[in-house]
Amino acid sequence: MKGKVWKFGNDIDTDIILPGRYLIYTDEEKLSEHCMEGLVSGFKEKVTEGDFILGGTNFGCGSSREHAPIAIKGCGISAVIAESFARIFYRNATNVGVPLLEAPGVSEIIEDGEEIDVDMEKGLIISESGKEIEFKKLPPFMLEILESGGLINYLKEKEVK
Amino acid sequence: MSTIAEKIFARASGKGQAEAGDIVMADIDIAMMHDLTGPLAVESFNKIGTEKVWDPSKIVIPFDHQVPADSLDSANNHILMRRFVKEQKIENFYDVKEGVCHQVLPEKGHVIPGTVIVGADSHTCTYGALGAFATGIGSTDMAMVLSTGQLWFKVPETIRFNVEGKLKENTSAKDVILNIIGQVGADGATYKSCEFAGETISDMRVSDRMVLSNMAIEMGGKTGLIEPDKKTYDYLKDRVSDENKNRLKAFMEKSNLKTDLDSSSLEIVDVDVSDLEPQIACPHNVDNVRPASELGDVEIDQVFIGSCTNGRIEDLRDAAKILKGKEIANGLRMLVIPASKETYLKALEEGLIRIFVEAGALVSAPCCGPCLGGHTGLIGPDEVSLSTSNRNFKGRQGSPEGKVYLSSAKVAAESAIHGRITVPK
Repeated sequence: MKGKVWKFGNDIDTDIILPGRYLIYTDEEKLSEHCMEGLVSGFKEKVTEGDFILGGTNFGCGSSREHAPIAIKGCGISAVIAESFARIFYRNATNVGVPLLEAPGVSEIIEDGEEIDVDMEKGLIISESGKEIEFKKLPPFMLEILESGGLINYLKEKEVK
Repeated sequence: MSTIAEKIFARASGKGQAEAGDIVMADIDIAMMHDLTGPLAVESFNKIGTEKVWDPSKIVIPFDHQVPADSLDSANNHILMRRFVKEQKIENFYDVKEGVCHQVLPEKGHVIPGTVIVGADSHTCTYGALGAFATGIGSTDMAMVLSTGQLWFKVPETIRFNVEGKLKENTSAKDVILNIIGQVGADGATYKSCEFAGETISDMRVSDRMVLSNMAIEMGGKTGLIEPDKKTYDYLKDRVSDENKNRLKAFMEKSNLKTDLDSSSLEIVDVDVSDLEPQIACPHNVDNVRPASELGDVEIDQVFIGSCTNGRIEDLRDAAKILKGKEIANGLRMLVIPASKETYLKALEEGLIRIFVEAGALVSAPCCGPCLGGHTGLIGPDEVSLSTSNRNFKGRQGSPEGKVYLSSAKVAAESAIHGRITVPK
């Protein structure tokens, strides 16, 4: 996976990712229009399909709203990379098919706007300037869930097989 | 030698034992979703294609976040959920009139010590105050629970806050939990089961204990447990269903739902609150906590007393005691929202509502109010809110250019009189 990095700080909470007043929507398209709007207005239009969000520690803290990872997915973000993630967000993002890559030390190495290459098999992030950092590789079942586009699709595919 | 969390998962997994780090499939005793997270869960449930929910008697659906409906979208969400309730014959449905989910579930006796409760809301951890392993989940996980009655968990390690000391008159449980969160940080308990123990906790009322458990998530905690005792039993005994009365009684007689202090997955943090001053969480993180006395002059535009953290009758009494015969500052707006119908009725009977209205506050019907910035009482750019709720994230109560401070009901009431953050004497 290749794309540009959108870098944010520590403790990016789900109210930042998707403010409470938009929880009335369930539609991915509508939700994604408001993604990160408190920090970057028009985030969705600025992002190119395949870009990455890079966070610090405790990314996704706060509310259990699954609307937050759905909004990220709707922006075309291919993965969220962070020093660490909050627990409920971790489950929710995997369940809706957004890969979360935990890479301690990443925010010291990768800068905002850098182009990076993410190798899911090797568990490696390589920046355009050649800097490298490892992330915790995801287990095979989780990769399958993500490739299916989320837990429910994954279960349906399993049933069919 | 186990923690409360390990003991609960030993039973719920059917394995008879569970250790921190184990991944277990657990039976769910109660599943809760509300008007904002319910629609996504129902959509996912429909996608799975299961015809019937696993057990309509174990699902609780309160409407609280956007009540009454404030837009066509929320009205449509309510219609969708009411239809689901009817089609699936959900037995525990609390429409707009009942109150905030985390107050309604304990009040209506759905929380039994030793059980596993999941809720599509992060503050589900509140029920740990009554000894249930209760945690927040997302909508897809909720759809799985609705279909199967089970969910996988990683059995958490435990961080136990051993709280000692007598609280000063102008402080409360809110100051204790803000102080703890300030110490351990917003991710200090991530993935862990928080426990609150010690003399201070034993002396606390159930309502105070709920304040602590409610905010366990603000340090990343998976739940916030308190060992059930006689106070737990006394709170629940007249609230639970006849069927659960025996279960509760048997549990209190036989069960030993305590953490063994030699458990290997246990970390103990000692907290002394005898000199604790009123605490404030400053913008824009809940762990940005300072003693109120060190804040300097903070002018405020709005005060909100309510929410699943501090909207109980005990909070309203604290606030009314300070506001009686007084008026709120010129130019300040104050919202008081009782957390439930039961709370509202008690406040009416005790004359508290009159005190608030005479002081110049707006009193609304039970709901989440401005806490999540989705419904009513939003703040605009550069406005400052002082709130008894649980989160002060950027944009949480409206404009991302607004600021939210968090405090106890006592500090909120005193501050309303002065128009700036002020500690009661």
